[in-house]
Amino acid sequence: MIPPLIVKRALELALGIIAITDHNSAENVAAVVEAAKGSELTVLPGMEVQTREEVHLLCLFGSVQQALDWQEFVYTHLPPLKNNESLFGPQFVVDASGDLVRYNERLLLTSTSLSIEDVTREIERRGALCIAAHVDRPAFSLLANLGFVPEDVPFSAMEITRHTSWQELREQHPSLSGFSFIRSGDAHRLAEMSDSTILTLREPTLAEIAMALRRQNGRKAKIVDNRHHT
Amino acid sequence: MTIAEVAEALSLSVRAAQDKLETEVTGGYASDLLSCVMAKAQQGNVWVTLQSHVNIVAVAALLQLSGVIVTEGMLPDATTLEKAEAEGIPILTTGSTTFTVVTQLAQLGIKGAEKE
Repeated sequence: MIPPLIVKRALELALGIIAITDHNSAENVAAVVEAAKGSELTVLPGMEVQTREEVHLLCLFGSVQQALDWQEFVYTHLPPLKNNESLFGPQFVVDASGDLVRYNERLLLTSTSLSIEDVTREIERRGALCIAAHVDRPAFSLLANLGFVPEDVPFSAMEITRHTSWQELREQHPSLSGFSFIRSGDAHRLAEMSDSTILTLREPTLAEIAMALRRQNGRKAKIVDNRHHT
Repeated sequence: MTIAEVAEALSLSVRAAQDKLETEVTGGYASDLLSCVMAKAQQGNVWVTLQSHVNIVAVAALLQLSGVIVTEGMLPDATTLEKAEAEGIPILTTGSTTFTVVTQLAQLGIKGAEKE
């Protein structure tokens, strides 16, 4: 999953926007943004944060700097442990061509001490977006860990995997009503990249995405099934 | 008390690492949040949880736990059991709830892992 191959695959899938949402870190975001320069692809800086409840939340930012500022905040809320490469795998930081810059030695595969409320409130305060990740998953999701969407929490949308439809899920979970849904690949491999979500936007920016998720001003978000591609 | 004796006393099914059951149990920890286990459980502890996904093996291996008791009838998949074999982590299963298993372990004299 090196930056040039991510960009190449995204263009093959005719994607207009992808977000880089590494686990508790944003150190690879700038490299992918750079790799996409000059192409039709917009790369959004992001992060998948693991809250203290072990729930995954996708955070999307308007700029690389915003993502890195957020990363500082997240890093101060991670336990001061080092990664164990033999058990959790190495954590690469790469440049725009995919060459290794360094290893991230911090243990990222754990929870921050931040609650769901802490993350969503702070993200909102910073003008970024927070989407509950893969809510239909049986682990590390809002519905698995809490059983419902907590009230008065400023989520921008709910993300589902390809294993469910939002209609089915909403029927089973009334606390999902009112939210927009997106489906992404949560791709850890190129083959998992998804083209299921169509956003109607004036331009590929965070502000436009925010409007689409709120169904404002003609901007929309829609999940399409049965897309065919090689 | 060894993990083998615990498995016998609680009628647990041994799903992986049959050859590693002679480890002495140093205490117990119960949580379904992996990050809590990573922070609190101690070497040789037996971990009681209903989580059955592959990540439980990495956590148990990291801490060198004596075994993982997966409760409520949850069954780790083949990938998880293979990984447990490779790491030498006994995986034991039961249909009982975590609460019941903990009460049974307490009756055997196994104490909770309390960090100073």
